[in-house]
This record gives sequence, structure tokens and C-alpha cells, in this order.
Amino acid sequence: MSIKTGDPHITVKDLTMAFGDFILQQNLTFTINKGDIFIIMGGSGCGKSTLLRHLIGLQKPAKGKVFYGNESFWDVDRFEQIKILKKVGILYQSGALWSSMTIAENIALPLSLYTGLSKEEIREIVSLKCSLVGLAGFEDYYPSEISGGMKKRAGLARAIALDPEILFFDEPSAGLDPVSAYLLDELIRETCDSLGATVVIVTHELASIFAIGNNSVFLDAEAKTMIGSGDPKKLICECKSTAVRDFLTRGGTENYKDESSQDKPRDDKNETTA
Amino acid sequence: MLLASKVPERKDARKETVSVSFLARTGEYAVVFGHSVLEMLGFIGEIFQSLLRTLVGKGHFRGSDLLLFLQEAGAQALPIVSLISLLVGLILAFVGAIQLRMFGAQIYVADLVGIAMVREMGAIMTGIIMAGRTGASYAAQIGTMQVNEEIDALKTLGIPPIDFLVTPRMLALSIMMPFLTVYANLMGIFGGLIVGVFGLDLSLMQYYNETKSAVRFNDLWIGLFSGFVFGILVATAGCMRGMQCGRSAQAVGEATTSAVVTGIVSIVIATAIITVICNALGI
Repeated sequence: MSIKTGDPHITVKDLTMAFGDFILQQNLTFTINKGDIFIIMGGSGCGKSTLLRHLIGLQKPAKGKVFYGNESFWDVDRFEQIKILKKVGILYQSGALWSSMTIAENIALPLSLYTGLSKEEIREIVSLKCSLVGLAGFEDYYPSEISGGMKKRAGLARAIALDPEILFFDEPSAGLDPVSAYLLDELIRETCDSLGATVVIVTHELASIFAIGNNSVFLDAEAKTMIGSGDPKKLICECKSTAVRDFLTRGGTENYKDESSQDKPRDDKNETTA
Repeated sequence: MLLASKVPERKDARKETVSVSFLARTGEYAVVFGHSVLEMLGFIGEIFQSLLRTLVGKGHFRGSDLLLFLQEAGAQALPIVSLISLLVGLILAFVGAIQLRMFGAQIYVADLVGIAMVREMGAIMTGIIMAGRTGASYAAQIGTMQVNEEIDALKTLGIPPIDFLVTPRMLALSIMMPFLTVYANLMGIFGGLIVGVFGLDLSLMQYYNETKSAVRFNDLWIGLFSGFVFGILVATAGCMRGMQCGRSAQAVGEATTSAVVTGIVSIVIATAIITVICNALGI
């Protein structure tokens, strides 16, 4: 997968996500370019994390395709899928560290599986990764012995263990205080720059969206499809959907229903009073 | 009220309450049971593939995990296996003695306890103990990993969860169960010995010689084979329910309970099948 910066890295075409007969989202079509910091955003329960699961091979789409470069992920065999996934790093919402292993063992596992490095070399790389995320000295701690923020950083260290081309983050700032969230955003940006990686983030934290995102897709639970895409900073002014503008400006929810008359101003006379 | 009215109700979110007739519910349960049996067969097939991968050196589990599970399933189970087996031997001897004493044949308590423990009860009681102890533990461990997305993290690394989580547990239980069965047999016979010596005025040598003459090698091998099979069944039940677990605390509880019930039912069914086969073969 030799892709230049700016070229399509992940392409989603007519994706439909469903649980049995219940359709969560449909007709999703967007492109994530190499080097993008791509934001998947939307209200609660609209299917952001579910979309992420479809992109990383944990849930098969009801319809549609996911391309990594020119390869359709869900149309190749498991062996090819694993080759694609080796180039991907994932930070789960809760960190998803293996609780029976130390931080060092968590980071070392992908290295021992997919590289021919010696134990000494792996140990050095683990120390380096821990240092990169600010966890130097915590290598021998178990996940139950560290805080939530430290678990996220350990999860990030594991995600970048194999120097991946693509990084996925599921709600990276969830549960963190504002300072920790800011520091994590900076870490994500530095990691992206140093690895040259494409980053996909599921979040509804506006501070993170505007601080680091340069491309995005907005999923809507009511419409069950995407209603906006592009640079989040431009969507505030240019997006026709008031739902997207309201989301990005924390502008209240009075006009959330108003999809058919997209630019209708707020009508205070319709407000219900107690 | 203003806040409550700001976000409208999502059109298709509300659950519909539908009353289902008894016949329809029975049909649904039958279909679910059928799916459950198919899932178990499929799971056993995946475990078999994983064991083959392990045999050719392409397995994906850590040796340290296997040693840990061997310790948990083996040495750490000895106290409870000792207690239960001793008491089962005692109970068998007491119950047998009541009838045998009427005929002056109390010496045959040794035969009763020896054959029952070595052929059947040692393996069955150990299997049931391990289902409640280790099978439940496996279901809870793997179920919690499911809730915490640890299994998702394995999948996206290309590590088959069956290889990493199930195979070492399966190997540990199937290796340790025969040893635990032998230990349970000895403890059960010892329990019978206590009743024989202190309750029926038998001597130690009398009890020992009678047990030795009654128990055959066939009984021992059948017991060991049963123990091995029960180890596989308990590990399968525990790991399968853990892998099928939902993503909530309640789901983990349900998975744990289901693992114990499935394990015990499997043990009883397997015992019946083994008994019929042994009968047919005349052993």
C-alpha cells in the first residue's frame, strides 16, 4: 500500500450499517486522504463508534464497501485483512489494555508477533514508546494499577508499536480533564507528524475537533445518513445543515428538527413556555 | 419543560410491546436452543482448528499463560477437591453400610466405594467442582475482556481470540483433570476407609485388600478418560459462554451462570454416553 500524502487512503462507498432489520446509518460515502486528521462526529447514538468498527474489521457492513487504497477490505480473505490491519493502530475508548499483562507486555505483543526483533530490541522499543507517551518508568505496572489517563496513553503506545500508517481513535478525550485532553490532542498531532500517519478520530469534543481535525464527516441519527463533510472550521459557515452548524457552535437545539428549511432562522414564537 | 421539549423524540426509537402466545414462545425457545447447539458445535470445530495450529507451531498463546492456568486448575483446586471427594466417599460408605450390615456383608463397603469412586464418582464430582469453580472463572474472565474491548483489540491485531484465550485454558483443564480425578479417587476411598475402620470395625489391611481386589484397571481407565472428557467440556462451556457474552455487567453474570449449567449438563450427558458405550463393549 504505497500511497502519497493527499491521495485517498480509506474510501467508504455506499456503506449501510444495520443490526438485523434496524438500519443505523446508510448511504455513507466519503474519502479519508493520506495525512488527514479525519473526524467522525455526530450526536450521541448516531453510530460513530459503530462506523469505526466497520472500518477496522470488527463488524461487517450490511451493504457497501470499505477500501484501503485499492483493496476492498470486506472482499478479501482473512490473511489479506490481517496484512491491512498490521498497518493500522487503534486506541479504544477505554484503552482496551489486556489486563493480565503489564504495560510493557501489552506494547511488546504486536512487536513479538509481527517482527523478527530480539527480546532485547523489543524491550528497547517498548521503553521508547513508553517515553513517547510520557509513561517512562511505568512499564511493569498492570492496567489496574494506573489511572484512566495513563491507560489511554498506554493504549496509544500500543497503537503506535508497529509505526502504523493509519491510526484510529475512539473518543480519546472521554473521561479526561481539559488539560489531559489538550495534552492528548498534542500527542496525537505530534505522533501523526512524526509517523506521517493518517488519523481517524471518533469524537464529539469540539475543542479537539477544531484543534486538530482537517477533514470530517457528520452523522445524523434522525436522517440515518451523513449530512455534512469537510474541514470542520469551514463547516461552521458553509454547511447547509443547521444541525451541523448547531453542533459545531453549541448553538442550542431549537433548529435541530429543521432539516427541510435549512437556513430558516430561529423562531422564538414557537418556543414552549412552562 | 422547555428543556424537555427541545429535543424531539426519535421516530423509531420507542420499543413496541408485543404479546406472544405460549406456543410461539415455545417455538422461539426451541429455535434458540437449536442455534445454541449449532454454536457449540461450531465453537468446538474452531477449537479443534486452533489445536491443530498449536501442534504445528503456529499457535498464538503465551507459555506463561498456560502455566498459570495449569496452576489455577490444578494445585489451587486441590483443597476443594479433597474436601468434596472425602465427603462423597464418606457418604457412599455410610449409605452402603446401612444395607450391607443387614447381611453381615459390611466388608463390601470397600468394593462399593472403590468401584463407584474410581469408575464414576471421582470424575463426576471433580468435573462438577471444576465447572462451578474454573468454568465460571473462565466465563467471567473472557466475558469481562469482551466488555472491556480486550477481545476486539486481539482481533484487530490479527490474533485469533480462540488461539490466545481458549486454547491455553482448554489444554490446562484437559491436562489437569485426569490428575485431579486420581486424587479425588484416593480421597474418596480414604473417606470410605474412615467409615469402614471407625464405624464398621474393619481393619486397615482388610479395607485396603478388599478395595484392591475389587477395583480393576478398566475402572481406572474409564475414570481417567471421563475426567479428560469432562475437562474439555467444562473448558468449552466456560470459554464459549465468555466469548458469547454481551457488553454489560449483567451479561457477564448471565454468562457465568450459563457456563456452570452448560458444564454440568454436558458432564451428565457425557457420563450417560460413556456408560452406554462401556456397557456395549462389556468393559
